[in-house]
Amino acid sequence: MADEALFEFLHMEVVSYLFKTADEEKCIPILENMGYRVGHSLAERFTKDSSRFKDELDIMKFICKDFWTSVYKKQVDNLRTNHQGVYVLQDNRCRVLTQISASKQYLEAAPNYLAFPCGLIRGALANLGISCIVTAEVQNMPACKFQIMIQRSQ
Amino acid sequence: MSRQAGRGTEAKKVSAELFTLTYGALVAQLIKDYESDEEVNKQLDKMGYNIGVRLIEDFLARSSVGRCHDFRETADVIAKVGFKMFLGITPTVANWSPSGDEFSLIVDNNPLTEFVELPDGHQNLNYSNLLGGVLRGSLEMVQMEVDVTFLQDALKGDSTTEIRLKFIRRLEDALPAGEE
Repeated sequence: MADEALFEFLHMEVVSYLFKTADEEKCIPILENMGYRVGHSLAERFTKDSSRFKDELDIMKFICKDFWTSVYKKQVDNLRTNHQGVYVLQDNRCRVLTQISASKQYLEAAPNYLAFPCGLIRGALANLGISCIVTAEVQNMPACKFQIMIQRSQ
Repeated sequence: MSRQAGRGTEAKKVSAELFTLTYGALVAQLIKDYESDEEVNKQLDKMGYNIGVRLIEDFLARSSVGRCHDFRETADVIAKVGFKMFLGITPTVANWSPSGDEFSLIVDNNPLTEFVELPDGHQNLNYSNLLGGVLRGSLEMVQMEVDVTFLQDALKGDSTTEIRLKFIRRLEDALPAGEE
């Protein structure tokens, strides 16, 4: 029963540790991979009692509602898709950013803090059988858009 | 930050798993980054310290705990309020030294190690060393210098995890202006 503050501080510490020690261009992939590991295990634990998902959209809804609520205590605010494998999740108050800024200040630091959540999503989806690429985009903190591009195996 | 009182136990449990798993991913990364277990311990302690100096603010703001008058009171607050608030467990305070400046926290079910098995060849790794750093950092912010060591570790085959805290001194100089 860890308190959420503890997780937030840990996440900040992990980010700052990596940017102090690893090469700049390696940090984001490392953070993303850590998120992937965590998301992968979490998805397994969250869905162990739930019924089979109907389709891709059903899985996305699960990510937006249950997964997001469990991890960030709120739902994703908006889910959009082009029906060709691209989904956009918009979170108007992304928890990892709310403590940092409410404007464009520190915008350059945002990607560092979003790599882990991106990995979380990718890991969770991978566990549910969807391989994808997840990127994050911020224009004005604390709102954030996660773009999920599904890779179909031909 | 929202702190709803009615938060379900399920959500709390999940956030604990998120923390445990993230911590595991961090330790795995540190083991990759450093040659020796001692270096990993050191790094975990340092990160714990950085967390502790911030966490104490959160703790003092949310609990109505005032200044502790002796080390026994401090021990009680750490075990019954601090650990309870952040990890949802209450370690036992035991093994006081005769002079009252040393005690042990006995942690029966360490949430950090919930999904962990230590592979061979990491006998020197203190998996939960972050906790030591957190204790050290947060106590330093309330003018107490302490020494934290792990005497027993359930991951290494001991029956419990025992964290030993030793009071070194009061940090008089660091007292903020206006306080006695």
